[in-house]
Amino acid sequence: MKCSFGRIIENDKIINNIYKLEVEFDGKINPGQFFMLKTLDNSFLLPRPISVYDVGENKVVFLYRIEGHGTEMISKTLSNHEIQLFGPLGNGFNLQEIKGKTAVIGGGIGIAPLFYLIKKLKKENTDSYLGFKETPYCLEEFERYSNKVVVATEDGSVGDKGYITNSINVKDYDTIITCGPSIMMEKVIQMCRENDVKVFASLESRMACGIGACLGCAMKTKKGNQRVCKEGPVFNGEELMIY
Amino acid sequence: MANLKVNVLNMDFKNPILTASGTFGFGEEYVQVYDISILGGICSKGLTIKPKEGNKGTRLWETPMGMMNSIGLQNPGVEKFISEELPKMKKYNTKIIANLGGGTIEDYLEGVKKLNKTDIDILELNISCPNVKSGGMAFGIKSEIAYEVVKEVRKVCSKPLMVKLSPNAENISDMAVTCEKAGADAISLINTLKGMAVDIYKRKPVFENTYAGLSGPAVKPVALRMVHEVCKAVSIPVCGIGGITTGKDVIEFIMAGASLIQIGTANFVKPDICLDIINEITEFMDKEGIKDLNEIRGIV
Repeated sequence: MKCSFGRIIENDKIINNIYKLEVEFDGKINPGQFFMLKTLDNSFLLPRPISVYDVGENKVVFLYRIEGHGTEMISKTLSNHEIQLFGPLGNGFNLQEIKGKTAVIGGGIGIAPLFYLIKKLKKENTDSYLGFKETPYCLEEFERYSNKVVVATEDGSVGDKGYITNSINVKDYDTIITCGPSIMMEKVIQMCRENDVKVFASLESRMACGIGACLGCAMKTKKGNQRVCKEGPVFNGEELMIY
Repeated sequence: MANLKVNVLNMDFKNPILTASGTFGFGEEYVQVYDISILGGICSKGLTIKPKEGNKGTRLWETPMGMMNSIGLQNPGVEKFISEELPKMKKYNTKIIANLGGGTIEDYLEGVKKLNKTDIDILELNISCPNVKSGGMAFGIKSEIAYEVVKEVRKVCSKPLMVKLSPNAENISDMAVTCEKAGADAISLINTLKGMAVDIYKRKPVFENTYAGLSGPAVKPVALRMVHEVCKAVSIPVCGIGGITTGKDVIEFIMAGASLIQIGTANFVKPDICLDIINEITEFMDKEGIKDLNEIRGIV
């Protein structure tokens, strides 16, 4: 993969601090992969790892949350300007391993890598469970590619009140895929282990290089140190030790 | 057309640009990004005699125009480097520098003896890693302690020996002169500056080890000053390191007296930045009518 500069087609606020960024890109991308993004103005130093939300004709779409200085600067970059684009990186989801009745469980901005994934799965086999603190986003897009969408909000404004992990019975599924806050993914993995359900988790980490050289994102697993950027970001729930 | 070739330690380098230890792995990851045979050389990830898993907790933290790291010398160990990584590195058609750390003089000597038998081009002795007790920084603070380790390593080392200094040394030029006296063939500097960050929401230090190593453009003026001081003090070649991200930065270090250059944090800023840097140097030289880097080395 090469490091290039892509023209921004759109970089719009969806709601609160959630943005959708569309950049011109031509190349093959697997669901669950990510790019290292950096503005060209040197307003921050290290590119930020952002997962792919969707892929269109000659474009890649990112859904991101302003989390700190880097993402804030990215959010201020205007359409038609260029952005440094390095990727696609990481393993992504292995579609061959996702079999039978499948649920994706996303929490907050963790829904981002799940959307392009469900587009690649059979709609009638795929349910989406999406949890949010308050106002949900991107529900209509998930509905288009899901057999059903279950929503939970912590404030109870939309869907079930509470955590999304309370709204699912993992025994109903053959495969579970999760991405979101660590505490949510821990719960999902724990439930899947207890019920012998196959589970994959997409993790995030601070990283500098994105390709396995800096070892900043190395994490202990049952297979020894693994790099979130290179061996991940998608891991089999079985391998993860921290959970 | 400008000539970027340099002859250092009786070796011809395509250009003075090396990648700094810990920022380029063993080169493999970058092969798919650009043609790394354009580099003057690659410094390996810091090696220790035994494999190391590295530090727990947060390992990276961005700071204004810099970054801190506390990787903790995660590496496969000298033996695995020799059997698995070095054969691949030798195919990259560039100079290979093995960076060796250690907690005791015995560790260093054991590592040196193993590396002697390989076809690495240079051994870079790391007496400056701030992130692990066994990283060698204890050797890099006081000149008299550095003298002992470099002298002992020199006795057994059959490779050109470059000693990598810490900016945390008590007196940087005294340290460099002492290493030269102890038998170093070259000096590289600077390693990272010891720094700190606090997570104000968790009300505790960001790093498990409290302190971590600062690098990137933020340290460049300090690095340049130290390289300048050391170049004035020693007669052996100096490899300049510290926050270099552009061809113009490289020219500054060469004018300050550096013979070779290492690019570190900048590899993270843009993975193929060394390519840009080499092109910028050529462009600058052509524009300024400089045919050979020797014309400007040490002129300030």
